[in-house]
Amino acid sequence: MLKLIVCIKQVPMVSELPWDSRTGTLKREMAEGMMNPACKHALEAALRIKREYGGHITAMTMGPPMAAEVLYEALTLGADRGVLLTDKQMAGADTMITSFTIARAIEKECPEFDLVICGSQTADSETAQVGPQLAEELNIPCAAYIESLECKDKCLRMTRLSDDFLETLEMDLPGLVTITTRQFRPRYATLSGLEEAFQFSGITTLNAADLGLSPEQIGMKASPTRILDVFSSTAEKKNHVMTGAVKKILEEVFEKFGDKIGSAMEKDLKTHEHSD
Amino acid sequence: MKKTAKEIWVFGDYRNYFRNRVTLQLLAKSVELAKKTGSQVCAVIFGNGVQEYVNEYIAHGAEKVYVIDHDSLHEYHVETYVVLMEMIVRKYQPEMLLVGATCFGREFAPRVAKRVHTGLTADCVDLEINGDGLLVQTAPAFGGNLLAKIITPHHRPQMATVRAGVFKELPHDYHASGKVIPIPVPKRLPENRVRLIRSKHEPPRTNRIEDAKIVVCGGRGMGSKQKFKKLFALAELLGGEVGATRPVVYSGWADDDSLIGQAGRQIKPLLLLSFGISGAIQHTAALSDAKFIIAVNKNPEAPMMKMADVAIVADANQVCSALIREIRERIRS
Ligand SMILES: Cc1cc2nc3c(=O)[nH]c(=O)nc-3n(C[C@H](O)[C@H](O)[C@H](O)COP(=O)(O)OP(=O)(O)OC[C@H]3O[C@@H](n4cnc5c(N)ncnc54)[C@H](O)[C@@H]3O)c2cc1C
Ligand SMILES: Nc1ncnc2c1ncn2[C@@H]1O[C@H](COP(=O)(O)O)[C@@H](O)[C@H]1O
Repeated sequence: MLKLIVCIKQVPMVSELPWDSRTGTLKREMAEGMMNPACKHALEAALRIKREYGGHITAMTMGPPMAAEVLYEALTLGADRGVLLTDKQMAGADTMITSFTIARAIEKECPEFDLVICGSQTADSETAQVGPQLAEELNIPCAAYIESLECKDKCLRMTRLSDDFLETLEMDLPGLVTITTRQFRPRYATLSGLEEAFQFSGITTLNAADLGLSPEQIGMKASPTRILDVFSSTAEKKNHVMTGAVKKILEEVFEKFGDKIGSAMEKDLKTHEHSD
Repeated sequence: MKKTAKEIWVFGDYRNYFRNRVTLQLLAKSVELAKKTGSQVCAVIFGNGVQEYVNEYIAHGAEKVYVIDHDSLHEYHVETYVVLMEMIVRKYQPEMLLVGATCFGREFAPRVAKRVHTGLTADCVDLEINGDGLLVQTAPAFGGNLLAKIITPHHRPQMATVRAGVFKELPHDYHASGKVIPIPVPKRLPENRVRLIRSKHEPPRTNRIEDAKIVVCGGRGMGSKQKFKKLFALAELLGGEVGATRPVVYSGWADDDSLIGQAGRQIKPLLLLSFGISGAIQHTAALSDAKFIIAVNKNPEAPMMKMADVAIVADANQVCSALIREIRERIRS
């Protein structure tokens, strides 16, 4: 049996919400926050390992109290236990400190783990840094962007596509992998399943003091990077704005810019209605 | 804070050399930064038989190249490279370390940062030096149309990763000369805990959208998978490639390889047709080299419309269909 830890993050991501093409609206039941897509795939990888080799899955997340939602989702899908790291002092951590904090929680709550599984990246920051840094913190081997996994005698065989190289890798456990969204298509939680999960008592909540961490070691305070300034980035060009009937607009487009379109196509286009 | 050497380091990521120009692009940017800080631009290369890359980096702006060249380094290996980089960063204390955001770089850089305990900003879209001589790293933030300026005030080196295509390489200078600092490989390299069993070069899965002269790009405003298909017809007619935004890829209307943006591909078409795309920075970051942009959106205020040469305020589907008809008629037979 393998002891697995899956690190999942809740991302508040209105712009990434699934789009209901039938009604033309966002699926707003998820508007509050959702499990980061790559983390879903990571969880799916863990669930498949559990099915194949037997295992125990701990889902762990650091975030505001609301982040417990993704742990309930994970429990519904088949995780055995949830660990929520939440503390105002932990807020604003960069990847350096996020991985530090999660590592301490792993050492405290499940020191005997075989495999830590992370998503390759989060949808809100997409740094893809937490996984590899967590492996450094725990001093275990790491392979990122994994697309398939096989386990034999506590040795993991993996494949990944890395910069146009299809690589087959092997490492002895304990170790850490990060999972992309290319494979391990996730299953979805049913609403009734979710309701049930909320009645489980499988979630442990820990704050900084529980982890024996002082305020100087965590959160924004401890993070090496600082945000100086945040600004909007829209670049504006002087341009032609065209409105009205589509047919008319396109005629004008070809009249004025037909040569640009034609030369990109390397074809000679008729740019005027009347030219032959 | 430790005292550092006046050196800007660029990690020499030479795998896929001809397709992967990001190291050269970083060298070019470093030359610019070094003018402000009075630093030396240095490349760092690990591997076996890497002399040709040493020469290339010198020709592209490196004044100094640190080289660890050894039989045992014939594999491109993250863990070993992390160990070596930690070792020489500790020894030489560069003030900055820039790494290309390739798959390899994105696994390598965070681990180096962790080991030397410093900050790392991922996927910068700009780098500059401020009045205090600090590296200001501009990166997209909070998932929207926002950019953040980030600094690493107290830890060294200041580290950043940058995607290919953000900066431009300098022309090859055949007369350039640079200093080469060979560094012996440490006697006891730790054993690789991750073993590379096989590595097969896999040509890119799709046509090279990066090189396409015409790109037809669609966003969520196309409405559905079915309607999105029209863009493929249009692209075929134009002899171009189809690109997509992230929500489109997530919804399965187009595959992963067509993602245009920071998390996907960088493009430089002569003509970009953009349909139903709002123009979030993560997407538009990849469009800066598009020569001529025609955007279609119902909303004239969408950022994508503001950066287009021609902004058509209309329904994306209608325009797409009409355009297919028009082009068919206008191609001289
Ligand atoms: C870390 C990170 C990395 C990211 N990387 C990428 C990336 O690489 N590439 C990428 O694309 N995104 C990326 N994103 C997502 C990005 O922020 C945006 O959410 C995304 O680009 C928006 O896609 P969109 O324009 O298709 O959708 P929306 O923002 O939903 O825009 C749809 C547009 O269509 C218009 N519209 C609606 N109906 C019609 C109609 N009938 N006719 C015409 N117009 C219509 C609307 O006015 C709107 O402007 C990233 C986000 C994060 C946080
Ligand atoms: N706050 C968090 N709690 C739990 N896991 C996290 C957290 N942040 C990042 N991770 C893990 O690290 C991966 C990469 O995140 P990132 O470096 O932010 O792109 C995610 O897919 C998660 O598996």
